[in-house]
Amino acid sequence: MGTDTVEAVVFVACALIVLGGAFGVIWFRNPVQSALSLVATLFGVAVLFLNMNAQFLAAVQVIVYTGAIVVLILFVIMLLGVDTADDIDAEPLVGQRVIALVIAAGVAGLVIAGVTIVGGDLVSGARAATAAITDDVPNIEQIGRVLFTDYVYALEITAVLLTIAVVAAVVMARKPTEVEPLPQESSSMEPPEPVEPEAEEVFD
Amino acid sequence: MLGQIDGGGQLPAELEQLLQSVDATGGAAGVAEIAAPVVAWSALVPIIVLALGALLLLTLASLLRGRIGPGFFTGWTIGVGLVSFVTAIPVWAQVQGWEQSFLWWDPADSASGPFSTLGGAMGVDGFSVLLTMLIALAVVVCALVLSGFARREGDRHVEANVLLLLSAVGGVVMVGANDLIVLFLGLETLSMAVYVLAAMNLRRVESQEAGLKYFVLGAFSSAFFLYGIAMVYGGTGSTSLVDITDFLSTNLLLGGSSVLVLLGIALMVAGFAFKIAAVPFHAWSPDVYDGAPTASVAFMASVVKVAAFAGMVRVLVVGFDTFAADWRPILQVLAVLSLVGGALLAVVQTNVKRLLAYSSISHAGFILLGVEAASEQGNRAVLVYLVAYTFMVIGSFAVVSIVGRTGDAMHSVDAYRGLGKVSPALAATFTFLLLSQAGIPFTSGFYAKFYAVVAAVDAQSAWLAVVAMLSAVVAAYLYLRLVVTMWFVAPGDQTPSRGLVIPVSTGIALVACVAVTLFIGITPDPLTKVVDKAQPVVVQPPAPVANGTGDLNVDQLLGLLGEGGAGGAGGAQTPATGGR
Amino acid sequence: MRGIDAGYLVLSAILFSIGAFGLLVRRNPLVMLMCVELMLNAVNLTFVAFGMMLGDIAGQVIVMFVLVVAAAEVVVGLGIVVAVSRRKPGATADDIRVLRG
Repeated sequence: MGTDTVEAVVFVACALIVLGGAFGVIWFRNPVQSALSLVATLFGVAVLFLNMNAQFLAAVQVIVYTGAIVVLILFVIMLLGVDTADDIDAEPLVGQRVIALVIAAGVAGLVIAGVTIVGGDLVSGARAATAAITDDVPNIEQIGRVLFTDYVYALEITAVLLTIAVVAAVVMARKPTEVEPLPQESSSMEPPEPVEPEAEEVFD
Repeated sequence: MLGQIDGGGQLPAELEQLLQSVDATGGAAGVAEIAAPVVAWSALVPIIVLALGALLLLTLASLLRGRIGPGFFTGWTIGVGLVSFVTAIPVWAQVQGWEQSFLWWDPADSASGPFSTLGGAMGVDGFSVLLTMLIALAVVVCALVLSGFARREGDRHVEANVLLLLSAVGGVVMVGANDLIVLFLGLETLSMAVYVLAAMNLRRVESQEAGLKYFVLGAFSSAFFLYGIAMVYGGTGSTSLVDITDFLSTNLLLGGSSVLVLLGIALMVAGFAFKIAAVPFHAWSPDVYDGAPTASVAFMASVVKVAAFAGMVRVLVVGFDTFAADWRPILQVLAVLSLVGGALLAVVQTNVKRLLAYSSISHAGFILLGVEAASEQGNRAVLVYLVAYTFMVIGSFAVVSIVGRTGDAMHSVDAYRGLGKVSPALAATFTFLLLSQAGIPFTSGFYAKFYAVVAAVDAQSAWLAVVAMLSAVVAAYLYLRLVVTMWFVAPGDQTPSRGLVIPVSTGIALVACVAVTLFIGITPDPLTKVVDKAQPVVVQPPAPVANGTGDLNVDQLLGLLGEGGAGGAGGAQTPATGGR
Repeated sequence: MRGIDAGYLVLSAILFSIGAFGLLVRRNPLVMLMCVELMLNAVNLTFVAFGMMLGDIAGQVIVMFVLVVAAAEVVVGLGIVVAVSRRKPGATADDIRVLRG
């Protein structure tokens, strides 16, 4: 009884923080404020993880998300300069806000309606299909076991994914000046006849 | 050659003892041993070749900086693609149970037939192997196109080739993904590399805008896809298609209890629809095709669609066939919108890249007919269409990349006016590829469309087939318009003033694309014979480790140690006893 | 069914919607990136909640992969944003060139 009450109280408190932070992200015009609101959300989610007995994830959430990802975003904000000119009033694309509202309301509405329709058992799936959660084994060990058995293939693919991220960073960080100039700069609108002879040499 | 550990000898006695003792304890939780899933290395070789090839290329390029150039990069990429293709053949042999041996496929000591490996995360069947080969070949052709393009644009860096290969890894992972999370990671690997390929031309700001737009909307759709996976996880209790099909075949989800799965399917379809650019999830595609470097677009239009459709077939047709009645209407709507929208919007385009983007949307509509059929006939149609489409579209964009000329900017229809007089060979090639896209007989496009329509009719959606054929007529008009522009209109001021130089590599790619298109168009039998054997299936992995945290299965571990290589897959069907 | 279980799912649905809405409405690419993170976090919450309800550890394992994807996405996204901003300060996803699609 007692733990249930605590869980409920923590849930309500965190839910408020999470939603407040999320609203902040899309509300503030200053991206730095948005980023800090994001931290609040991520922190709230981390506490919710704890509430659901996912201790390891709670730690990782704080370390990776708030510690690395948000800091990275903040770095880039600082690098580019805080751009407050980002306007929330002008609608660049006719109807985009309406579409956005419809999509957002649709997803939330569908899931909430689904949850209310289901009733009884919220989840219909097979219980503990991959590996049952037990209290005897530390959370981190349980995750590790499944990570290196059932999901070992997925784990290997993330290696490729991270390699791509590194290559991407290298490519994108290259300054345009580092790109050698074209054999002959051709303006986009006029036919680049003079280029052709040189091009032939390059292609041969 | 592939991880044969004991070479026919006996396992060390201690190891045997250890295994026995672990088995005796029943693998109780808390024991340090981990039940390793069976790995069929032979089936993984094509993927490993691609990934390792990319990493080695990256390493070599940085170590031998200045000593190796773009020529080496292209050659390496082509080599890796070809090796990956060749190493997929033994896998095909194993799946089909060939009589003769090939490379490490030996019918005598390996079990044949489709199988799944890595604890069921990777499915190896005719479907996945055939598409693996297709992606490998697409990489080869795209590398050729990229070579000529990069040389002209003065890009002497290696990264485009590396990203091409790594992206292909994601594609190959996707076509064989038997687990939704693996599918998602494959999709992300594929797309993440393609975002960068789209943004890669640092000279054109349009390229980076295209990359940004593609990235933002791609991340958006990935989140929907992932949310769908989460719903399916709640609804079925697993992300593995093996477990999901098992669960769905033994549990009837009705009414309230099916809500989560239905939500999941809907969200996943939205994610797929974005990747294949089906209307109304297509808004990104014309902008991105227009802005991205043309050589990247060739890859984007071919491999991304192949992998996304493969994932779609595997998830919907194989994984959720029990829900076919629910997802088929969604796909029908998507198919109709894509067919009609793609064809009609293409007609008003004045930019060839945008025009081809819309035409590829209408192609996606045709392929959706095959998926929608949810039958073997439909899967066949999807495969035939994907093979035909890949070469048509790479060839078309190869032509566009040449006509774009230095700076990659001349993509207006006006730039094609009178091209037939100036560059007859190029114009003839483009004409042929466009006619194939229109579905003229004696081209692969004809059979592709034919099979899609037949599949739709067989699946009792004759009205869809009618819509498809009508839209094909509209689309044919726009291809013919382009053909007429090339041959029967006087050259304008944007037409190249003299014959365009076709780089050797791009020329080879064009010849290959035309050859394949023509070959399939004249004799589709070889392709259909192969495709008939390439049905996707979900097979239980050997020695399932689904239950319990620490089940160590002696047979399984011995199978792993003893068989290691090609035989590993057969380990479950014929459990190894003490090494071999 | 415990009321709080439904609460987790509803919370994550709302979080997801806020992220989706923000991504489509905001014009600053960095904020868009943050909105993607919101959406992925909502999914993470769903996964862990389902894992808890099913008594299955896989829900937590999957979150690890989502974390990796989120990190990679941020790197690629920020890379592209920086490249665009170098060329054009104050860049947004479709400010520069209005969607013609």
